[in-house]
Amino acid sequence: MRDRLFGAAPTLTLTIFLAPVAIGLIGTLAPAFGFHPALGLTTLSLEPWRQVLDDPALPAALKLSLGVGFGSTIAAVLIAFGLCAGLHHRRGLSRVRALLAPALAFPHAAFAIGLAFLLSPSGWIARAVSPGLTGWTQPPDLLIVNDPHGLALLIALTLKEALFLILMILAALGQVEAEPSLRAARSLGYGPVRAWLIVLAPRVYAQVRLPIYAVLAASLAVVDMALILGPSAPPPLAPLILSWATSFETTDQTKAAAGAVLQLLVVAAAIGLWRSAEILISRLTRTWLTSGHRSGTVDAAVRVIGLIGTALALGLSAASALGLLVWSLARSWSWPFALPTGWSLEAWRVAWPGLLSLATDTVVVALASALIALVLVIACLEAEDARGRPPGRGVTWLLYAPLLLPQIGFLFGIQVLWSALRLDGGLSAVTWTHLLFVLPYVFLALSDPFRALDPRLARTSRSLGASRLATLLQIKLPLLVRPVLTALAIGFAVSVSLYLPTIFAGAGRVETLATEAVALASGGDRRQSGVVAFTQTALPFIVLGLALALPALMARNRQGLRA
Amino acid sequence: MIADEPGLNVRATIAIGPRVLLSDLSFRIPPGKILTLTGESGAGKSSLIGFICGALDPAFTVQGQVYLNGRCLDPLPIERRRVGVLYQDDLLFAHLSVAENLAFAVPQGISRTERRRRVEAALDEAELSGFGPRDPATLSGGQKARVALMRALLAEPEALLLDEPFSKLDPELRARVREFTFATIRKRGLPTLLVTHHDDDATDDRLHLDGQAVGTGTSRKVS
Repeated sequence: MRDRLFGAAPTLTLTIFLAPVAIGLIGTLAPAFGFHPALGLTTLSLEPWRQVLDDPALPAALKLSLGVGFGSTIAAVLIAFGLCAGLHHRRGLSRVRALLAPALAFPHAAFAIGLAFLLSPSGWIARAVSPGLTGWTQPPDLLIVNDPHGLALLIALTLKEALFLILMILAALGQVEAEPSLRAARSLGYGPVRAWLIVLAPRVYAQVRLPIYAVLAASLAVVDMALILGPSAPPPLAPLILSWATSFETTDQTKAAAGAVLQLLVVAAAIGLWRSAEILISRLTRTWLTSGHRSGTVDAAVRVIGLIGTALALGLSAASALGLLVWSLARSWSWPFALPTGWSLEAWRVAWPGLLSLATDTVVVALASALIALVLVIACLEAEDARGRPPGRGVTWLLYAPLLLPQIGFLFGIQVLWSALRLDGGLSAVTWTHLLFVLPYVFLALSDPFRALDPRLARTSRSLGASRLATLLQIKLPLLVRPVLTALAIGFAVSVSLYLPTIFAGAGRVETLATEAVALASGGDRRQSGVVAFTQTALPFIVLGLALALPALMARNRQGLRA
Repeated sequence: MIADEPGLNVRATIAIGPRVLLSDLSFRIPPGKILTLTGESGAGKSSLIGFICGALDPAFTVQGQVYLNGRCLDPLPIERRRVGVLYQDDLLFAHLSVAENLAFAVPQGISRTERRRRVEAALDEAELSGFGPRDPATLSGGQKARVALMRALLAEPEALLLDEPFSKLDPELRARVREFTFATIRKRGLPTLLVTHHDDDATDDRLHLDGQAVGTGTSRKVS
């Protein structure tokens, strides 16, 4: 009976997980073609598309999205592969690995706000070098943040996504027998970087292809970071569609739906283009792979790109988090002082009542979605163990669907579903919507350690009379406590960072730290913005800290549990 | 195969895809006897262990039956077969102490006092009195092997499967652990199947698998 329960877990999970996505897509497609009964529109028409295509902001928005999306993804891939190739044989990689989890827990919106504090003409970097190096006696009149070409947004996305890809590559290395392959290549005279690029990079790339597509999709359709760092006239495509969706004009609803479908098509075309480029590059580099060159200038360039990119990503992440804290504690901070001239808790005191309510809702939604995702993922992995084989490639793609599809493409339609179920604007709808984005990351974090656990341990436990459920609860999960809690912390961090899903599912009635941080970022009060963004940053850090500390505490008398 | 006879009765044909690993293999192990199974890698030894204990990978196709003391094991999940398994690694649960590892194996429905008594008795029998609170990682290889055996026995199995349980021990230690294991098994009267690559470990009753050597109708009774 219990085994049958585990057997049903994958179907149940995919239903809970994908039904809203499918309904969301339908709910977006129908109004995109003029069918929106709630607005009295019951005949199909192409009018919404005409409105979208006639919008004067569309060409520039599209160009901006494509430039930022492709530019940041290419740069992030180069940095991630460069770092792993350049540092694989050195101890530095384990140090970078240790820093990745906290850096990734940094919510996108908070990171963008912190980066804006650093990069803006009156920001920390300008203060640090002024007036000594620049001669600036007042903040220069430069459009660094919100620049019309989206460079600030491109840099922020590159740095954030490069760290995610490094983590994915490090996980993939465990599945390709990296060390024996590298040893074999180096024994044939290849330098360490060249050996990595020739022997490992093609195999690792195949493993991280889906995460790379997810990064491309996210960069093409980013909203929260674009609202903070991107240009506003015109904005990239996704924020432009959001402005239509939140407009009071009823005709803008169908226009927004058509825009959301356009965003879907843009992402699909971009992934297709990327795949074509992969095939082309694979063919073009085949000769290079077998040319016999043991090392060269390419190796040094690859290493430099990786090192500089990663150092910038980690350094700017740390400086951004610190900047948020410093601004939240600043009473007065006049140009060009590098630190506030007066310190105060006034901003925290003013923000406290609202902050407490925001933080509570954020934690409730994040804990609930992460815990549900964790239970579903564990049940699916146990079902996989019972079945004796991992899921096919198709299931993996389905699992990634919410990450590969632009959020706005189906969130627009999900609103209709929640409204029909009378759940819109409630915490349950927000939690369910967050689950769609949290679950893939929890699966990513837990699947490898779960599958790597010696199957003979469970077999031994069961041969001693323990049922599958008892073996899972008493043997497997305690042995996997570190990856289980880390997966929970990652799920929590993903939920805390979600902006657009909260906006749509919350219907404006549920506010979290993410929505408040983005709302405050456009205002002029850096102190209030710092308070909210720092709190949004601190929550995932605290949970991640607990996830790392608790297993260490539990393993203090158990050598076999220490990694 | 006479299913009603006491001991472990096995008949099996095991294949993976088109490749037949074992063809109509049949044997019986009476209580207290140890049958040694030898053979090259890939001959099907571990698959046979998996089949008997109910943990064979679903990728394999099997025809055959397993009877233990007249009880058909085929429809039973691994936890209800009462077949203990020991592998070459001790597989002590790292998050539990030595005593907790042992207590985990004691059948349910037994009072706490009795559970503790059985654990203490097992530790005594393994000459590990006082080791109960210890972290398994701090034990020597021989001590771990003895704890693993006692843990398997505490579950009150009716048969034992030993999948190269001594192969990771150095020769001197291996001899001591082997003697202890065999003596304990004989004292308990358990039918036991031992898979090994080492002649030193093998008992007088042997069955050799070489992939093709176990032909149709091959039958073995250990007396």
